[in-house]
Amino acid sequence: MINAEGLRKVYRLKNREVVALDAVDLNVRQGEVYGVVGQSGAGKSTLLRCVNLLERPDAGRVVVDGADLTALSRPRLRAARHGIGMVHQHFALLSSRTVAANIAFPLEIAGVGAAQRRRRVAELLELVGLTDKAKAYPAQLSGGQKQRVGIARALAPNPKVLLSDEATSALDPQTTASILGLLRDLNRELGLTVLLITHEMDVIKQICDSAAIMENGSFTESGQVLELLETPGSLLARSLFPLPASSPPDTVTLTYTRQSDEPLMSQITREFDVDVNIIGGAVEEVAGHSVGRLNVRVTGPRRQAALDHLAGHGLIVEEVR
Amino acid sequence: MIEWIAELGQRWPDMWPVLWLGTLDTLYMVLWSTLFTILFGLPLGVLLVATDRGGLTPAPAVKAVLGTVVNIGRSLPFIVLMVAVLSLTRLITGTTLGPTAAIVPLSIGAIPFFARLVETSLREVDRGVVEASLAMGARRLTIVGKVLLPEALPGLIAGLVMTIVALISYSAMAGAIGGGGLGDIAIRYGYQRFDDYYLWATVVFLVLVVQAAQSVGDFLVRRVSHR
Ligand SMILES: Nc1ncnc2c1ncn2[C@@H]1O[C@H](COP(=O)(O)OP(=O)(O)OP(=O)(O)O)[C@@H](O)[C@H]1O
Ligand SMILES: [Mg+2]
Repeated sequence: MINAEGLRKVYRLKNREVVALDAVDLNVRQGEVYGVVGQSGAGKSTLLRCVNLLERPDAGRVVVDGADLTALSRPRLRAARHGIGMVHQHFALLSSRTVAANIAFPLEIAGVGAAQRRRRVAELLELVGLTDKAKAYPAQLSGGQKQRVGIARALAPNPKVLLSDEATSALDPQTTASILGLLRDLNRELGLTVLLITHEMDVIKQICDSAAIMENGSFTESGQVLELLETPGSLLARSLFPLPASSPPDTVTLTYTRQSDEPLMSQITREFDVDVNIIGGAVEEVAGHSVGRLNVRVTGPRRQAALDHLAGHGLIVEEVR
Repeated sequence: MIEWIAELGQRWPDMWPVLWLGTLDTLYMVLWSTLFTILFGLPLGVLLVATDRGGLTPAPAVKAVLGTVVNIGRSLPFIVLMVAVLSLTRLITGTTLGPTAAIVPLSIGAIPFFARLVETSLREVDRGVVEASLAMGARRLTIVGKVLLPEALPGLIAGLVMTIVALISYSAMAGAIGGGGLGDIAIRYGYQRFDDYYLWATVVFLVLVVQAAQSVGDFLVRRVSHR
């Protein structure tokens, strides 16, 4: 749905250059929620702004829903943008307009008639649960309500793609959860493709099908979350499941992305005569699957054979250090 | 004190028509020049913001020229400007005397003043909102009409009130060189004939007109502000 190749963006300041994007390839499949995480200054916002060409990349192509945006004329680009909704960290609502008029704004831009606008706005208010706030002004709303208006506005012209830059980072945890839930529902019910930026691993864990980790303008890891978790040495896995910093010798990290019916631990103690000691770990719901990650100390002469046995049964086994 | 009031009561029937006509002349000058000031100053202010680096249509050369013109207009004392544009005034109105002639220098003086105030108000509009509108596929003219101006409306009205108050004060100066209005009365009766009654009466009338403009303005600002 979103295909970007070789994106490069350099900001030229007075005395130096900042390479904000460096050869970034982005592939967001139709109907998925794709999350980009990274430190402040990694280039996440720049990437998102390149997807709807608010920022024109210095090199590379951006194809959204089959159209190469980088090659479009100004009027055609404007038309293409009706199909790409955007949600902003600081909401970016018009303070001079009521909630209803804010949601109607993209429809006015797209030239939708007044009667149809009114109908669509009523639908969207219902969808985000703000029907009773239709006539309120943004200044009278809470942060979570403002972001619901922002989402309703982004959805008004029936976009296929929703871009979200830190949509929840100005909100408290509870409100964050409800906004993420709303995005997830929209993704499931409307088949909306969502590309979101966040600096919270929790957001990736809760709603993303795919993810990328960004550092200094490029992706260090990207792909489906479950596959990344199964990749040895994955930074994402390590960030999603922070494990004890120091471990005794002979400790391994075990990751499993599906439940196993076999009692693997007791099998290895019996068959390979090793001692197993659980140091720490967690089981969490990730991308709709229950995923576990354990730090386990395995000792004994036939340790390697025991670990091979676990790996043979679909567990990811990584030596700690 | 009592004598003073008694004399004022006696003279008031004569003074009133003079003061009233003077007020009407002042209002006439101020309202027409306000109209021209909005007509030229608003677009000028919008251009100052739009042609800026990072604006809607960056054009540094245009910005530099407009900025310089505005600064020249702003740095001339009104009394000097009035004399400087005399020939232009004659060209447009056919005369250099009277309230109609005063409209020309008043407008020319107020346009750059208002344009700077417009520029300041528009700059205060959240950049994020402009960007959000671009992301929605809005044309630049739509953004000016539906985002920048409405979002800045309270500031624009406040700026307009400041401009009107400045115009009222300029108009009194215009009176000094035969523009008519309350300033003219203050000069002719108060200064040249040492008639304190007229002098103080025009002061009171001017204060009332300014006060009225400010109150209406403040009311409107409160009405349109939803922040
Ligand atoms: N308009 C700009 N002019 C100059 N430099 C810029 C501009 N926008 C971004 N940068 C620089 O590009 C780099 C990437 O910025 P970007 O905003 O994409 O980071 P980010 O990952 O979104 O960070 P954050 O998490 O803080 O939002 C930074 O070093 C930033 O200083
Ligand atoms: Mg950012």
